[in-house]
Amino acid sequence: MNLAALTDCLTSASCLVTQTTSGLIIGMLLFLVAAGLTLIFGVLKVVNFTHGSFYMLGAYLALTVNGLTDSYFLAVLAAAAGVGLFALVFERFFMSKVYGSNVLMQLLVCYAFILILDDAVKIIWGPEFKSMGMATVFQKPPLFIAGGIVPVFYLFLIIVTLILSLVLWLIITRTKFGTVVRAAAVNPSMVSALGINTGLVYSGVFVLGGMLAGLAGGLAAPVRSLTAGMGFSILIESFIVTVIGGMGSIAGALLGSIMIGLVRSFGSIGFPLFVEGLMFLLMAIILILKPSGLLGKEG
Amino acid sequence: MMATRPNLVRDIAIAAVALIILLLLPYVWPSKMVNDLIIRVSAFALFATSLNLLVGYTGMVSFGHGMFFGFGAYAFGLSMQRLGVSIPMAFLITVVSSALLGLVVGAISIRLKDIYFSFITLAFQMLLYSTVIAWVPLTGGDQGLMGGIPRPPFLGIDLSIEAHRYAFAVTIMVVGLLILRQIVESPFGYTLRMIRDNTERATFLGINVFRAKLTAFVIAGVFGAIGGMVMALFVSGAYPEFVNWTMSGEGIFMIMLGGLSTFVGPAAGALILSLLNDVITRGTEHHGLFLGAVILLFALGLRKGVTDFVADWFRLRREASSRSGS
Repeated sequence: MNLAALTDCLTSASCLVTQTTSGLIIGMLLFLVAAGLTLIFGVLKVVNFTHGSFYMLGAYLALTVNGLTDSYFLAVLAAAAGVGLFALVFERFFMSKVYGSNVLMQLLVCYAFILILDDAVKIIWGPEFKSMGMATVFQKPPLFIAGGIVPVFYLFLIIVTLILSLVLWLIITRTKFGTVVRAAAVNPSMVSALGINTGLVYSGVFVLGGMLAGLAGGLAAPVRSLTAGMGFSILIESFIVTVIGGMGSIAGALLGSIMIGLVRSFGSIGFPLFVEGLMFLLMAIILILKPSGLLGKEG
Repeated sequence: MMATRPNLVRDIAIAAVALIILLLLPYVWPSKMVNDLIIRVSAFALFATSLNLLVGYTGMVSFGHGMFFGFGAYAFGLSMQRLGVSIPMAFLITVVSSALLGLVVGAISIRLKDIYFSFITLAFQMLLYSTVIAWVPLTGGDQGLMGGIPRPPFLGIDLSIEAHRYAFAVTIMVVGLLILRQIVESPFGYTLRMIRDNTERATFLGINVFRAKLTAFVIAGVFGAIGGMVMALFVSGAYPEFVNWTMSGEGIFMIMLGGLSTFVGPAAGALILSLLNDVITRGTEHHGLFLGAVILLFALGLRKGVTDFVADWFRLRREASSRSGS
């Protein structure tokens, strides 16, 4: 524990800026993953334990496409599209077969896919840690804000993820697809009785969630080291986020993600060995005070 | 209070016969490979059956049960290495500390229903995992608890001798399963089933659901930890894999594979999965790929545990014979 370092940081503008931006980045990337997870749960009442593997797949796809084309934008697009496609196959041919059965079967299908994808990544990209390095377009001198160093890429990440969150919000609240999705979350049989193909809606939600996770992976690739286990650790963090924010609530996921991001970045200064513990502590406190999460519905 | 349950004598007889067969097996079929397999299966059978007390009997899908398995292994290994106590003492420390862990984790987790409960148990397990990885001076980090666990003799039992180790493991397993069997067949066990089937009704009948669930969670945790302890004795160490989430995943697969509607299903699943893992490990280095494929085949194809099929077969036969009899 190093409380002196933490107080030093909290009273210095430059440290505050640096840590806040790094916290926001952790939080916003986490949000993209957690939003898909919570969306899928909200509509299908299914917990997609493979969601972290989607993120991992996105990161590796971006790594390969970036290496081939040297275009980071293409790489991120490929990550989103590729993972979206994978999510479609996963939902149609595997997950949809166990919707009706008990949660243990769903858990098993996901568990199987986590094992398979982790191994597949090791076979295709090798078992060692991979690093993509900063994309060529972002190899620019960092900005100085109030004395704090902020790499250009960080700013780009924050802006892009904010735009994506806004787009997601517009899709859910303003489009016909969004209306159907929200209706299906409340009463799927009524939606189906109105002549809407709920199976298609479910696939759509899975693809949307998959694309978000793939995007997050692609966006994270330049600043994270890639390894076969990376999917599972972000999955756990997404769970914490969704539990804090309230399962099924996208606004809650945003709030939870930013909280976890800031806890991680400031926690790493004050309690370097206990960062994970801090997240769980935060979750435990919120659960005790409000078991349904900050923005979750009661019950 | 429930001294004369009708099937108690039958259960004890079955357990005694099973124990005698297991104890005689090395004399009939002397093979180190078989011995080692049975010791490992003993550890996993306790682990899986205790998990089924939660999943099958109470309807609490814990995805963090591996936490107790790993905790038991580390608690036992550390008390032997650091405290230099006797094996029965270390056993006692393991049981008490895992009960405390179950009490704390359970008291927080049981507030959450359904899938939230699965999440938070998994989250607690990962917290323990990252602690084990980070606390290098105590746990050896990702290398695991090295240097071997001392095994001083007690009561004429010397666990450094392989035959003693084998007999010890199977005895603990059989006695442990017998105790768990008594628990699920007791009034308390039926209370758990009622909570699973209709929580509201149980509440109306004046049952303290929270306390019953917490008791089940603690009991399951203790037996899971005993499974981990048997494992630690066998490998003479404790490794982070014991605490990792894959342990919980395998536990769930064991009870599904064996069948969660029969008492011995999870133990059968432990045996099948151990055999399967051995075959896969020997045949290929892509363990995850093959195990994943097998799990998919099971989840999308079979959909029922092995003992479920056996139970179905018996039921059909009984129905057929009662039809032809009448």
